[in-house]
This record gives sequence, structure tokens and C-alpha cells, in this order.
Amino acid sequence: MSEAVVRKRITNNADYKSSKVTSPKQKAINAILLIVLLLVAVIMVFPLVYMVATSFMTKNQILSGQFSVIPDPVLIGKYAEVLSKGQFISGILNTIKVEIPVLLIGGFTSSLAAFAFAKMRFRGKGLVFLLLLATIMIPFAVVMIPQYVLFTKLHWTDSLLPLIIPGCFGNISMIFFLRQNLYSIPSDLMDAAKLDGCGYFKTYYKIFLPLMKGALGTQLMLWFMGIWNDYLAPTIFLRSEKNWTLQVVIRSFNSYYAIQSDYALIMAASVIALLPTLVLFFIFQRMIIESIAISGIK
Amino acid sequence: MKPKVKEKIRLSAMAKREERWGLLFVAPPLIGFALFMAYPIIFAVIASMSKWTGMNSLWGNMVGLQNYGKILTDLKFWKSMGTTVIYMIGIPIGMILGMLIAMALNRKLPLKRALTTMYYVPVVSSLVAVAILWAWVFNYDYGLLNSIIKGLTGMHGPNWLGDAAMVKISMIIFMVWKGLGGTIILYLAGLQNIPRDYYEAAEIDGANGWHKFKNITLPLLSPVTFYVLITSLIGGFQVFVEVQVMTPNGGPNYSSATVVFYLFEKAFSNGQLGYGCAVAVLLAIIIFIITAINFKGQNKWVQTVE
Repeated sequence: MSEAVVRKRITNNADYKSSKVTSPKQKAINAILLIVLLLVAVIMVFPLVYMVATSFMTKNQILSGQFSVIPDPVLIGKYAEVLSKGQFISGILNTIKVEIPVLLIGGFTSSLAAFAFAKMRFRGKGLVFLLLLATIMIPFAVVMIPQYVLFTKLHWTDSLLPLIIPGCFGNISMIFFLRQNLYSIPSDLMDAAKLDGCGYFKTYYKIFLPLMKGALGTQLMLWFMGIWNDYLAPTIFLRSEKNWTLQVVIRSFNSYYAIQSDYALIMAASVIALLPTLVLFFIFQRMIIESIAISGIK
Repeated sequence: MKPKVKEKIRLSAMAKREERWGLLFVAPPLIGFALFMAYPIIFAVIASMSKWTGMNSLWGNMVGLQNYGKILTDLKFWKSMGTTVIYMIGIPIGMILGMLIAMALNRKLPLKRALTTMYYVPVVSSLVAVAILWAWVFNYDYGLLNSIIKGLTGMHGPNWLGDAAMVKISMIIFMVWKGLGGTIILYLAGLQNIPRDYYEAAEIDGANGWHKFKNITLPLLSPVTFYVLITSLIGGFQVFVEVQVMTPNGGPNYSSATVVFYLFEKAFSNGQLGYGCAVAVLLAIIIFIITAINFKGQNKWVQTVE
């Protein structure tokens, strides 16, 4: 098949460009498709718009059972109410307390390991990498009970340590992506550094770390979002309410205020919980989407 | 002769040094793997053979394969397993929709970037937050869907989360909505990887749209399809959060509960840690078998470009 393609391409080089001109029929199809795609986009985004709208509605409007999207009157008090709840603020602070050490230390260990996997020679490298890669396949559900028991025995469940410590050892999907990224950087740099007597850590820190800054940034952002949105691990490992992260807090808000039908409050809390990741996504969408797309093609 | 030997020794000393540093650099993730993956897995296998609650002795309550026997005769387990599989109807739906939308986007339409961004918003959104949102959208009395249905037809809409059959459909709708953007982006990347010449050559040969789709697009997208299928199946067996948020008790008559929901309930609500580990081990085995079958079968339908 590909042979035929090549032959056709050579023989028909002349009308190579003419076939790209769009006919009226093609234009009509494109217009219809665009309408369908816009409709799908509305379906995808509308629930979130409705979420924001509900957060500004009065209880009367919400419980009228009538379809309405525009809050009338506009009530902004729910956001102040959410933020005045100590639990909500402590949820945000706890999440940040997990994010900072994990991203700093985990980002360092992951990039260092990726550097070793991509640019250094040592026995068992392939095996170690495969072993780590296999962990992506292992469902969290399988290890969560033993991990819970381990953290209980270590007396970590009364702190944020169960969420912080494992992350500090590195993130395998991050190692994988950074390794791929480092492969595109010529190894001559490595040899030159060796000849200059530059130590391995210095080579990583002074030469390769600056070179993988872009990829590292994207990966850290994805990791930030993952930690921010994580719910399962915090629900299992955090025993006391004072340590709850934001997702656990909004979920408990949901069960508590739904009984009182205070949907505006629940939606306001959820909107605030969504904002950081959405803002990050809108700013860095090109990088994020690209790195997701790469995972599929490899 | 002499300098050569000297150099050889020096080189191997250097190689040794590199090896030591290399191992040191990969040590953190390796230690993390041993502590938080390998050890827990071995532990889970052992604990799965014990009537262990966390309060009693693990080794003193070994019961062999009794937990497994109990699980396999528990109707609740089979019900949750059945529901987990039913939810997977969402996988082909998402794949077909994702592929069609990606193909439309690939026609160089205006607004392509903006549309892609909009499709992807649910994917980056917090699962808990959007599950809370959809529980509200599905609300029987005041929710978005039923107020639209009432406005359009004057009749009351279905009990989305309160009816044993309906709740499964509602969950599938939610899951397709949440994951569709990811599938679209993967397919779009796959489509952009297909050389345009292939289509032009086919056109010259007189192929129509369907032929081009069947003989070029579909086979050349098969690696993406494989990737989406594998990751969706692995994820599909682990559905939990949205079920717990939208139906905290597992739905009417336990109809929305998944295997992980069942596991969570047994282990963390009832304190049957050994039993929970047995469910986890069974789940791991099932996921492993399904993944292995997929990898075995892939050379029958998965093609690679060039």
C-alpha cells in the first residue's frame, strides 16, 4: 500500500495542490459539522456554567423547579459564607501544605532519576525502569489497604505525611516523560562534561536541569492538578478533620448542606475548588494538551 | 602496551563511578516503589488469607482461601461487579464519539483551538466537584435536567439517581461527559500523525469517504484506540469516587455500587481488612488478565504507521 502511495505521489505531483480546494459541498459539510461541534461544546461546558449560575441564586429560585440560568436577584453572599467557614480555608491550606513539599522534593527526585535513566550507563537500568513503569498498571485500590495499615503503624494518619512522603520519592509518569524529553538532547553534552571532569550531580544540575525546564514545568503543573484534585487517598489516610484537604472538605459540605438544600453554598464551594486548576489549564492549555497527546502516540 | 592497560583500568574505574552515581540517582523512586508498592502488594496477598480486622493478629487468624470463597458466593460482590461492567458501556460510546469529533475537528475548521479547550475542561476539573455538580444536575425535584424536561414537555422527568436502572444510565452519561475530552485529544493527535498523502492517493484511486475511513483512518488510528481501550478498561475497574459522591449508600438497592465501592465499604466501614485485601487481589488479577488478553490480541488489529 505505501509503495502505491509513493508512486501516486510522484506521478500526480502536478495536481497535488488542486485537490485541496474546498468545493461548495465541502463548505456546506464543514458548516454543518461546525454547528454540531459547537453544540457538543455547549453540552460539555454548560453544566459548569450552570454550577457558577447556581452559586449566585437565591434558595427560592433554586427550589422553584423552573429552568433558569440567570440568577435573579444575584446573590454573592454565598462565596463570603464559604470562605468564612474555617474548615474550607484549612482545606485549602492543607492542600497547599501537601503540594509544596511534594512538588519541590518529588520534582527534584523525579528529574534526577530521569537524567540517570536517559544519560547515564549502569547495570540493571532497563530492568529498574521497567519495574517502575509497571507500577502505573497497578491499581491504587490494590495497595490502599496495606498502605493505610502502614501509615497507621507509623502514626502518620494524624498528619498530612501519608500524602507527602510517598510523593517525595518521585512520580513515575513524570520520570517517563522527562526521560523521553532528555533523549532529544544530544549526549555529546554528557561526554563533554565528563571530559571536563564535571561531577554527575553537577552535570545534572548545571547542564541538563536547565535544558529540561520546559518539560519539567508542564509535568509539575499536571502533578499539581493531580494532587489538588485527589480525593481517594486523603479520604482513606486522613483520620482527623483538621487535616482534611480541600476535596474532602467540599465533599463533606455536599453531604451536610444538601440536606438543607443549600445548593448555592455547595456550588460556590465547588466553584472555588475548581478555579485553580481551570485557571492553570487556560493559561497553559497548549503545553498541557500537547503532553497529553504525546502519551497516546508515544 | 603499557599506556593501553592503564587506560583500560582508568575507564573501568570511571564506569564504576558512573554506575554508583546512576544507582544513587534512581534510588529514591526505587525505594518508594519498594515501600509503597511492592511491600503493600505482598502484604495484601498475605492479609487476603486472614480474618484480619486491624485490631486482631494477622498471622493468628489465617483462614486460607476462605475469604475468596466468601466473596465469590456474596451476591453483593457479583452485583457490584455487574454494575462495574455495565458502566463500561461508556467506553465504546466515548471512543466512537471521541473519534467522530476528532475527525470533524481535523477538517481545519475555524475555532478548532477554542473547541478543543472547551471539550477538555471537564477532564481537568476536580472529580469530586463535578460529581457534586452532576448530582445537582440529576436532582429529581429541582435539578437542571428535570427542570428542562418539565419546561419542554410539562411532565416530570425520570428519577436519575433514585431509580435502580436509571442510576446506571446517569453514571454512564456522567463518565462519558467527564472523559470525552481526553479521548478527543488523543484521537486528534493520532489523526494529525496520518500523512495527508495517503488520503490524496486514495482519492486519486477513486476511494470515497467511507473507503478512506475504513482503509486509512481506522487502521492508522488503531494504536490510539488500543491505548484508549487499555487505559479506560483499567480505569473502568476502579470507578469509585463519582459513585460515592453521587450515591453515598451505593444507590437504590445497591444498584450503583462498583467493585471498589464494595471493597471500600468492607475494608473501611466494616473493618474487614483481610476480606478487603482479598477483593483487592481479585480485582488486580482480573485487571491483569484483561490487560494481558488485550496485549495478546493487539497484533490482530493494531497497526503501526509505516
